[in-house]
Amino acid sequence: MELFQYPYMQRALIAALVIGLAAPALGIYLVQRRLALIGDGVGHVALTGVGAGLLLNRSPVLVAVIVATLGAVAIELVRARGRTSGDLALALLFYGGIAGGVMLVGLSDSTSANLNAYLFGSLTTISPTDLTTIAVLGVAILVTMLALRPALFAVCHDEEYARVSGLPVRTLNLLLAVATAVTVTIAMRAVGVLLISALMVVPVAAAQQVARGFRSTMAAAMTLGLFAAGSGVWVAANVDTAPGASVVLMAIASFVVVAVLGAAWRGLRRRGAPAVAPVPEPHEVVLH
Amino acid sequence: MSAPVITVTHGVVGYDGRPVLRDASLTVTPGEVVAVLGANGSGKSTLIRAVLGLVPLSSGSVTLFGRPLRRFRQWQRIGYVPQRLGAGSGVPATVGEVVAAGRLARRGVLRPPGVADRAAVAAALAAVGLTDRAGDPVATLSGGQQQRTLIARALAGQPELLVLDEPTAGVDAASQEAFAGALRDFVDGGGTVLLVAHELGPLRPLISRAVVVHQGGICHDGAVPEPAGHHAEPDHDHVHPHGPDEPAGLWSR
Repeated sequence: MELFQYPYMQRALIAALVIGLAAPALGIYLVQRRLALIGDGVGHVALTGVGAGLLLNRSPVLVAVIVATLGAVAIELVRARGRTSGDLALALLFYGGIAGGVMLVGLSDSTSANLNAYLFGSLTTISPTDLTTIAVLGVAILVTMLALRPALFAVCHDEEYARVSGLPVRTLNLLLAVATAVTVTIAMRAVGVLLISALMVVPVAAAQQVARGFRSTMAAAMTLGLFAAGSGVWVAANVDTAPGASVVLMAIASFVVVAVLGAAWRGLRRRGAPAVAPVPEPHEVVLH
Repeated sequence: MSAPVITVTHGVVGYDGRPVLRDASLTVTPGEVVAVLGANGSGKSTLIRAVLGLVPLSSGSVTLFGRPLRRFRQWQRIGYVPQRLGAGSGVPATVGEVVAAGRLARRGVLRPPGVADRAAVAAALAAVGLTDRAGDPVATLSGGQQQRTLIARALAGQPELLVLDEPTAGVDAASQEAFAGALRDFVDGGGTVLLVAHELGPLRPLISRAVVVHQGGICHDGAVPEPAGHHAEPDHDHVHPHGPDEPAGLWSR
């Protein structure tokens, strides 16, 4: 526990907790609309931003936010068009993003250790300024995702119905895209671009094993995200492992535990309750 | 006679250059219950999707409550019931949460739900007989109960016009009766209905006018036609494949 007396460890913990809470709050909408891996794609694009930032001697995180936002908006526009070439366009964007990042980082004076910090995260090198950025943006994402829950739920659940309800569907979709980019870039410092999607998706996947509704899934996912972030940093500090990887492994471990407990509970309930004979579906139309 | 709720004037819709709806015109006045009938692929669903602006018209025009579709903003006056709930993504949602989405048109994006919203959701659930299922995940409901959830979602917005796309397709008899009951209450309250159907079933007595779509055009507008030939036989099972899906054969060009 003494390690947490050091300010850099306190910053690491706070940053991880903010991201652990914000990433699943956004991720649930992405999972709901079957875009679970979009965070991964945006992360690849963000890497080009990091490279450009290092090359131009600007804040890599700031440039990454801008580039990732552009990438996320481009992905959303491709998706909204609904063309079959969509996944090819996405592939170009993903691989272009990571190749561009690696090349630009190479062109700058940065060492490969610097690239690793963005690929796999570097929680313990977060400066007080970084922490402020992460906290402000993370809380902004959190508040937006919670405040707009009914509207975002409607759009992700049934986009056509949302349109007939007169909701600003395009604006809400773009908002989600921008929120994804922002979340990816702040989470980049914690878990790295290669592991970002895990924090957005795994807690949601775990929560939906046991929750019955959308709101309860969201609450459970955020709780699990918070737990994975906190326990991951604690494990990393005590066993001296990479914090990003530890956080993700804790998230996956909680998924396994929840899935097993959920299955056991359902099994017990089924055995406890008397078997209800399945009611056959009546015929499709009423016959005379 | 009061102003029409819906007008479609010479509506044409094409997907990838292939016309699906050719020169369809339709007027629905307040209080009417209009059924759009036709075989699979006749263009009947396309007609109502065009009315709602979900597919663009390549020519012609649509007005809703006297306003051109492009400038129409009062979406709270319309309740839409799609054919079925989209394929589940795995994220659970309760019946109550889905029905509550029906209040958004009236409430707007930013305002949190209030007492009136909760009351309307409860009333809509009661109207379709799903009050006791409000806390259950929709994925655990039967097809007919899911369909009733969707009509409850539309009713929760307290619309003046209901637009339903094949509301009774593949729905069990009990749900069809519940559905017809909810629709009857809506019509008795002065509501207007436009619905697409393949079979009318228990909805039949409610229908005031039928429009038959055939190969993208409207070939009948008036009384509900009697089932003809073997369609009228009591043992007709209504699951036969229907005429060519594509009016102009894909390979015949």
